[in-house]
Amino acid sequence: MSAPNGSTGSNGNLLDLASGIIAKALAAGATGAECVISEGEEFSANVRMRELESLKESGSRGAGLRILIGRNTGSAYTSDLSAEGLRRLVESAVELGSITTEDPHAGLPEASELGSIQGDLKLFSGDTAGLSTEQKIEMARAAEGAALDADPRIANSEGGSFDTNLGRHVFANSLGFAGEYRTSSCSISVAPVAREGDSMERDYWFSLARGAAGLERPEDIGRKAAARALRRLGAVKIETQRVPVVFEPRTARSLIDSIFEAVHGESIYRNASFLAGKLGTKIAAESLTVIDDGTLPGLFGTSPFDDEGVPTRRTTIIEKGVLKSYLLNTYTARKLGMKTTGNAARGITGNAGIGHGNLYAEAGASTPERIISSISDGFYVTELMGFGVNIVTGDYSRGATGIWIRGGELAFPVSEVTIAGNLNTMLMRIEAVGSDLEFRGSTASPTLMIQEMTVSGT
Amino acid sequence: MELSASFFAARFGITERDLEAYLGEALSRGGDYADLYFEYLSTSSIGLDESIVKSATRGVSLGVGVRVLSGERTGYAYSDDLTPEKIRKAARVAAHIAAGPAKTAKMPLHEGPKRNLYPVLTAPTETGFAERVELVKRADRAARAYDPRVFQVSSSYADNLRQVMVATSDGALSFDRQPLTRLNISVLARVGDGLPQRGHSGGGGRVGLEFFRGEQAPEQYAINAARQAVAQLDAVEAPAGEMTVVLGPGWPGILLHEAVGHGLEADFNRKGTSAFAGRVGQQVASPLCTVVDDGTMRDRRGSLNVDDEGSPTQCNVLIERGILRGYLQDKLSSRITGLPETGNGRRESYEHIPMPRMTNTFMLAGESDPEDIIRSVTRGLYCSNFGGGQVDITNGNFVFSASESYLIEDGHLTRPVRNATLIGNGPESMKNISMVGNDLKLDEGIGVCGKEGQSVPVGVGIPTVRIDRMTVGGTA
Repeated sequence: MSAPNGSTGSNGNLLDLASGIIAKALAAGATGAECVISEGEEFSANVRMRELESLKESGSRGAGLRILIGRNTGSAYTSDLSAEGLRRLVESAVELGSITTEDPHAGLPEASELGSIQGDLKLFSGDTAGLSTEQKIEMARAAEGAALDADPRIANSEGGSFDTNLGRHVFANSLGFAGEYRTSSCSISVAPVAREGDSMERDYWFSLARGAAGLERPEDIGRKAAARALRRLGAVKIETQRVPVVFEPRTARSLIDSIFEAVHGESIYRNASFLAGKLGTKIAAESLTVIDDGTLPGLFGTSPFDDEGVPTRRTTIIEKGVLKSYLLNTYTARKLGMKTTGNAARGITGNAGIGHGNLYAEAGASTPERIISSISDGFYVTELMGFGVNIVTGDYSRGATGIWIRGGELAFPVSEVTIAGNLNTMLMRIEAVGSDLEFRGSTASPTLMIQEMTVSGT
Repeated sequence: MELSASFFAARFGITERDLEAYLGEALSRGGDYADLYFEYLSTSSIGLDESIVKSATRGVSLGVGVRVLSGERTGYAYSDDLTPEKIRKAARVAAHIAAGPAKTAKMPLHEGPKRNLYPVLTAPTETGFAERVELVKRADRAARAYDPRVFQVSSSYADNLRQVMVATSDGALSFDRQPLTRLNISVLARVGDGLPQRGHSGGGGRVGLEFFRGEQAPEQYAINAARQAVAQLDAVEAPAGEMTVVLGPGWPGILLHEAVGHGLEADFNRKGTSAFAGRVGQQVASPLCTVVDDGTMRDRRGSLNVDDEGSPTQCNVLIERGILRGYLQDKLSSRITGLPETGNGRRESYEHIPMPRMTNTFMLAGESDPEDIIRSVTRGLYCSNFGGGQVDITNGNFVFSASESYLIEDGHLTRPVRNATLIGNGPESMKNISMVGNDLKLDEGIGVCGKEGQSVPVGVGIPTVRIDRMTVGGTA
């Protein structure tokens, strides 16, 4: 074979390319097909100790195809979009349709379920294109500089960075759906290292937005990162005990991630979730309401349609402590005798899995200060480590870093401990929900206080 | 291998003159060093769930990464299109990191000594699917046959074949053909409508399908996963607090990966952000501990003939009888610190900048009988299997999650306990190792290591060890 001669289908033409792939798959014997094409451009500038450390800039694209032959599925992907690459893509997917087993629940969504949200979802901002490389480096430098200047104990750093990503996402299927949207993101992050005596601690802070205009000021990000690293200095290990545990928003988010895994359709139909079979029952304290909303303009969990061509929507997962819905794609919905919730998600490889939109716990009434002031002895968790969440049983045990609460105040830093419990009881015993909800990614939570967990230390 | 006989020459018509031109373009604004990483990755995977094959995927991704080093700075760009104009464009973008008079690459390119640590004649990716489909089906049948309490089984098989070519401005050229194969099985068991419990197992390496025809039959993994799930049905709450912990041999070597391995990567150490920075020659572990990182082991998942910068891998001693001997280097750290390369420059793909990473990290065997180690403990925890782990390299704290463990009471393993996270501090925990078994075992070959968003396959291993004091994150 000779070198591939460029690529078929230019930028504006990815929709045609996807439809063409679908047509080729049907011609090759598929009875149904869906195609994803994604295209991305990334830029990254890293600065460390005020000096430029690395620059990276590139683009790439890839196509994924899933075919059905009756109720048999096959899939393939490629980053080679030449005519030869696409011919092999179709050939591979169709060939694999013969090795899978007939599955009565496999298939595309109903035609009536397909569609796309209209209107500007504000997923793309072109404003980073107006920034020179030098300006981008400057922002990373300013953010890291502010951290280094914040305190003499910030004597080292893992650096500051400025990143942008531009993407184009195309989906088409053999039921006639074809849609595309563009996305952009940009972020500034800083990871300073604080040192005092033998104690060395690292922390980070970042800002993420669709365009540069939405970013927090680099100096503010740097100062916040420095403050976070500094407050960890001199951390001690504490005695093993049962106390109230407060998750700040950055760590509370991980509880929302666990709820996502527990309402994930695949875990539900396999009975591999502690929330399987609990629809309509009370599974959490009344103060907890969790929403998945893929339609909120500008946010990072938003898209006009999911990765099966079904419009995204707002789904209440937990309402005042009662489990209201799972998150489903077409396959898991059929397995459970339900309807898709528009949460199909896939990369370019394989079958559609499940993803969330903007998944968040609704804000409560208490300020975080008021929650902390209500606790005589407790643990305020600022970082979690490891993978100790068992979604099947709800058993929860993770490494934690944070600040000890004494007499209603943040008293001293604590590290090298674990917090443990079971999600069933942890959710039921959410005693307070903070008023401080903000989105910094596609999952979000305000401060959450759990009445009692085991903190394991010495 | 001559370039003309290589995969990339045959497939894409790339010549030495092309490589010279691309490297020249990369050094067109000066720079101290440049390299090109060509990659052609073919993958296949099969997924079985509820006793039926629900997914089968095949794919190709290809591209080239161009890197330019200028002092401590790195410029990087890549292209997923191997046409000359696209590669030259990527080289020009990467060149922007430097600002000076143009340089040229050293020519002609020379290939170093060759070896083959994974002489797989036919990679699974290059064969038909029938045998691979049978592997996931056999795993499913064996897990279900093991015990009537098993009610859900998912198994997956994945392989890939990575063709690599690295050309450097130092005049080095290297090729590699890297197969990688893996079988995984996950099992759920329950009594009646009771609470389910999970077990997990798997294995593989840089091997062909013959690997699964011997002792590593899919049935073995299936039985292991089913046995774990069933054992968990009787598990009691895990204890909370500090206690003696005994790690079983093999995969619990993840302790070394987290407690010392990441902290010894040269990038963190030259920057002074690791708890191990500046401690070469110091006691960082008990004198019973000798830890190596060995990229040269035959057929292992973490092995490479050449690392992802084209340098030969080595067996590197990290800790010798408790004394820190050295760090894991990549080219950049080696250039900056003047220390020799160790063959640990790795990257996830052509889209990624290489950095120092582990290969197969393990502790050499000691002298204790594993039975004696367990007998020596009055009250403690024996951990034979783990999920993932994580480390904060700056303060040295690390965690790993025990997925199969048992209480030790008066020198005997008694009841299984539920999942719990163990937490420790790298240098401190390593000093608390008081017994090392004579039963070194390497893991089964399914490890994945993540660092700064890049995943690479790795191996770990450890003999049975006794750690006098660690914090166990249970609730009881």
